[in-house]
Amino acid sequence: MSRSPIRDLLVGVFVLSGLAALAYLSIQLGGAAYVGPGGLHLYANFDEIGGLAKRSPVVIGGVKVGQVTKIELSHDGSFRARVTMDIDRNLKLPDDTQAAVLTQGVLGNQYVGLSPGGSETFLSEGSEIPYTQSAVVMERLIGKLIQSIGGGSGGSGGGSGGGSGGDANKPAGGGKGS
Amino acid sequence: MFELIRDVGWRTVENVHGLGGITRFGSRLVLETLAPPYRLRRVLDELYNTGVLSLAIVCASGTAVGLVLGLQGYNTLVRFGAEQSVGAVVGLSLVRELGPVLTALLVTGRAGSAVAAEIGAMVATEQLDGLRMMSVDPIDFVTQPKALALALAMPLLSALFIVFGLFGGYLVAVGLLGVDAGTYVSSLENNIDFRNDVLGSILKSLVFGALVGLVATWRGYTSAPNAAGVSRATTGAVVQASVATLMFDYVITALWGVGV
Repeated sequence: MSRSPIRDLLVGVFVLSGLAALAYLSIQLGGAAYVGPGGLHLYANFDEIGGLAKRSPVVIGGVKVGQVTKIELSHDGSFRARVTMDIDRNLKLPDDTQAAVLTQGVLGNQYVGLSPGGSETFLSEGSEIPYTQSAVVMERLIGKLIQSIGGGSGGSGGGSGGGSGGDANKPAGGGKGS
Repeated sequence: MFELIRDVGWRTVENVHGLGGITRFGSRLVLETLAPPYRLRRVLDELYNTGVLSLAIVCASGTAVGLVLGLQGYNTLVRFGAEQSVGAVVGLSLVRELGPVLTALLVTGRAGSAVAAEIGAMVATEQLDGLRMMSVDPIDFVTQPKALALALAMPLLSALFIVFGLFGGYLVAVGLLGVDAGTYVSSLENNIDFRNDVLGSILKSLVFGALVGLVATWRGYTSAPNAAGVSRATTGAVVQASVATLMFDYVITALWGVGV
């Protein structure tokens, strides 16, 4: 087969456009959802983070300013969730800023909402946000609701369960009964 | 009775024999790909035949699939009041499944059949024997560039299919049905993960490309040296490559796992 300038050009265009499509899928769709400036790493401990995940957005007043980069269990033995966030380093956040795990809509994705306070001193790289508000877990809310509405029937159900289960179920049965 | 059992036995032996043949042929192809000479010029020519000439149908089909997905996804999601997630539905179905699989099926029909028919015709007209007489190995010279080109073109075509599909979904969702453009794009970007979705998609299309290349060249290479042989080789290549693609799709999906 001989060299053909037009064919070679077409093959080149094909390969480059294919690679461009691959790059778009990998970087824009698969990669970081937040592509703004980062650099300010802040920590926050939550009792409950619900469905918060890596790459969840960090938002101030609805504007995306960063993303969650790491979620782990706290090292200090308190069994709280330690969330690491990468935030726009140009922001000057007061050190009494509050962090809350919030939900977009009723069933939407979860994100971290920051509400800056009025302090004159600012959070620096690697510091911890002291005031946090945990995620609202729908199942627990519903559980509480059912408990508060149907306290009487729930108690009798717990009692019969404890009776058939014997000693092993005693603490649970007692807890429901009280 | 004995006839029946003997028939079953013979068919089994035949099938295992064929499986062994295609495995040996495949390992020869891999060896010839790794060992010099690399025949880049031949691969480039084949990349034109399989890749560039498949571009039009892949892009058109991708857009059409995206349009349908956008419409179907919206009509289903709107019942649950979740039409904001139409971007995620279009994106995840395209990236995970439809992109690699449909591209593989299209390329099988468009390029795999042509490869099998071409090699089959070369067998029928004793061109491969002619090459052997000149001590040129036909596996190295004829089949390897074609199989390699198919394997290389597949991920690129699949990526283009997906991008055009996303564009088609955007047209319907944003242009026709009035979903907010930012909502569509952000639900797309937030729900597609690199390792689980994009990397799995690339792996799938690579495997499918290698499969289609292997089956198409094997069927052509082993075709009977007559007109009926060429037609059988072409049909067999399309059918077997398509079925193998769908089966391997399940296996890869199961092994790759869909973690959180």
